[in-house]
Amino acid sequence: MKENPQFIPSGSQTVGPFFTIGLDYMANRVPNVAAAAPGTVEISGRVLDSTGNPVRDALLEFWTSQSAAHQDGFPGGFYRIRTGDDGRYCVSLQKPESGPYPGGGRQAPHLLVLVFCRGLLRNLVTRVYFGHEPTNDADPILLSVDSERRPTLIAQRISGRSDAFEWNIVLQGADETVFFAW
Amino acid sequence: MHTAVVEPAAPGTQPEYHYPPYAASVARSPRMPLVILPETLTEKTGPVFDRTFIRKNDNDLTVQHAGEPLGERIFVHGRVLDEDGRPARNALVEIWQANAAGRYRHKVDNHPAPLDPNFSGAGRTLTDDDGCYWFKTILPGAYPWGNHYNAWRPKHIHFSLFGAGILSRLVTQMYFPGDPLQALDPIFNSIPDAAARQRLVSRLDMDRAEANYALAFAFDVVLRGHNDTPFETESK
Repeated sequence: MKENPQFIPSGSQTVGPFFTIGLDYMANRVPNVAAAAPGTVEISGRVLDSTGNPVRDALLEFWTSQSAAHQDGFPGGFYRIRTGDDGRYCVSLQKPESGPYPGGGRQAPHLLVLVFCRGLLRNLVTRVYFGHEPTNDADPILLSVDSERRPTLIAQRISGRSDAFEWNIVLQGADETVFFAW
Repeated sequence: MHTAVVEPAAPGTQPEYHYPPYAASVARSPRMPLVILPETLTEKTGPVFDRTFIRKNDNDLTVQHAGEPLGERIFVHGRVLDEDGRPARNALVEIWQANAAGRYRHKVDNHPAPLDPNFSGAGRTLTDDDGCYWFKTILPGAYPWGNHYNAWRPKHIHFSLFGAGILSRLVTQMYFPGDPLQALDPIFNSIPDAAARQRLVSRLDMDRAEANYALAFAFDVVLRGHNDTPFETESK
């Protein structure tokens, strides 16, 4: 039971189709090329609905706790991206290192990802990992997911490039991305 | 570093992903079971916003253009709290809304109501040490949408909030008291619990209204999570 039942979390409502009015100022910020540090990677892909149609009005937020430094006044480690008319997004970010897991073990490099769009009454929560990362095999959270669905959490390296990854988010259907309860 | 521990939501207080009365949810909601996510440092932390992130007048939607927007001028204020009732300090609050005629300044809004050259409809602010925020804006209009025949959204302001941890993140909508469209609105009614729905309805606050100038509406928000900031002087 809750100790303070009067402080029940407020209900979520959809971000709707018009969120760019209020949220775009922090979205799709292109990092200063001169400031691009080693370890910068690009993740791109599409957000798709149950029929494979592109979700053109999705908002994605990527979070890693490993980059605390502010960038141009914006918080480090936080990347807000929206999809375009083809449902495609592209984000450049600092690839996280592996990190500790509570109670022992190591987590593979990953970011937490929030998904918002018209049609989603609550945001979804998922994680993105990186292909060709040996520590993936021992990541406790990846291992907690059915092996058949585990690939939906792993961005695949784009052939010929070590710093570019492709990762689609499928909201529903046979290739549905693993989403987390929280 | 601030962290927050999140526990499952109380039954009925959050919408289900799949809610057919809201047509757009049908093809965009997951059907597979959600996987329990243990809380690691990634989940317990979140972006920290510096006070310099907010510029003067970001929280006054009536002064962003050469003239004043049309419509009823209002103040919207409230507190952002965690699940222990403690203030969420330095929490980023972002809002967006339709103008007084019920029209958004957005390329996909084709409602034949006039745009207002003096109204963009976007604001943001950071909460103070008591978790308080404040906006000046205009009362948004109701507007039609395509969910079903003769569907109209009740008057609302979109809210986006950040708490101490990324899992405290909340996007919601603030409604206005006494709006008969709420009972007909599938988005509002997607929250099963009636009391939880009512907590999204702001309260007319005559104590904060300004005579001969503007009405005020109060809207408190509780974010998920138990912040790690130490208890203050109150009991426990």
